Amino acid sequence: MSAAGFYALAGVALVVLGLYGLAVQAHLLRKLLAVNILGSGVFLVLVGLGGPADAGPDPVPHAMVITGIVVAVSATALGLVLMLKLTTTSGRPTLEDDAPREGPEA
Amino acid sequence: MSLLQTGIDALLALGLVWLAWRALACPDLFRGIVLFIAFGLLMALAWVRLEAPDVALAEAAIGAGLTGALLLAALARLNRIAPAGTRADTREAWRNAPALLLVLAGAGLGLAVLSLLPEPAGLQAQVAAELGRSGVSNPVTAVLLNFRGYDTLLEVLVLLLALLAAWSLEAEPPRREAAPGPVLDLLLRLLLPVLVLAAAYLLWAGAHAPGGAFQAGAVLGAAGVLALLAGWRLQPHLTGLPLRLAIVIGPGGFLLVAWALLLTGRPLLEYPPALAGALILLIETLATLSIAATLAVLFQGSRPAAEPPA
Repeated sequence: MSAAGFYALAGVALVVLGLYGLAVQAHLLRKLLAVNILGSGVFLVLVGLGGPADAGPDPVPHAMVITGIVVAVSATALGLVLMLKLTTTSGRPTLEDDAPREGPEA
Repeated sequence: MSLLQTGIDALLALGLVWLAWRALACPDLFRGIVLFIAFGLLMALAWVRLEAPDVALAEAAIGAGLTGALLLAALARLNRIAPAGTRADTREAWRNAPALLLVLAGAGLGLAVLSLLPEPAGLQAQVAAELGRSGVSNPVTAVLLNFRGYDTLLEVLVLLLALLAAWSLEAEPPRREAAPGPVLDLLLRLLLPVLVLAAAYLLWAGAHAPGGAFQAGAVLGAAGVLALLAGWRLQPHLTGLPLRLAIVIGPGGFLLVAWALLLTGRPLLEYPPALAGALILLIETLATLSIAATLAVLFQGSRPAAEPPA
């Protein structure tokens, strides 16, 4: 298998890890980490599949990934501000559907 | 030699997955963020191995550097707002995992990637054929600023939109932090000219070598973040209109160029070949300023106060 193949498969593993973290982690900052890792996995698959062939690397996925990196940092910055706002309002950096449990926790 | 390279690739790929796992699984959030920054740096190495030096520069500056700085700053603010909240995630975490679903998704994705691998159908030939008319000789810059210029226009608008949303939320009133001491201040005085020079070089080199507006903007933005960390603040008379002008001049200039080209009867963002190089450099210069200002202001997290807080 070519080098690009390794990275494309690592990208698949990162996508799965990111999905897992996004689904399971309660803390919103950890969810943002998971989204970033998921995105990195997508980028690796994208470039790995168009990887160095005989004609040289394909510049189109490279340009798309650079665009993606900038969009990811914009979204992360906005997500962090939203998380801080939510924590200021609710006191917890998590999203919980159920009613908050009262009383001291063990 | 080839065996050695395969070994490096395999090690790098495994290291990426392991670091991502640790960043998500380790109980301490601070450690998780530091591991994520290390993950970003390994990603930059992976891009070098994939012969994507432009992406490697962007990843090192933005993916690892600025995202890491944003995450650490947010964690520090979170600790001030809810001191107990940052460790609350470990109990609930890693429970009731929809494991089967994820294994299926991973297997499906893996099979799809493996089936696509033998014959990567790229656009190398099309890009190479049109490169002569694009105004630049770096194919990635040609794709970013010419062939798919509307992607990049929307991208700088996304960055502006994120800043507008962050400003309109006003998560926390600006606070005055104690200056961290003379060492950082002195270091910054030495580093700042180098960073500005490096950004200018990356911007200029982007036409024919790895580099470009985003990498240059990120380096300049990192200089701004360092300055904020050292306690430097903009003069009050600069935080109003001048700062806002610096933030919108990139997308604004891009839109003006697109509009002017439409007026001359050309399709959206199709430059005349004779002017393409100059127009790309103009757009990239303005975009570099805006990207740097936006990233630094996003790091500060709140709208810079027009009046210095008493």
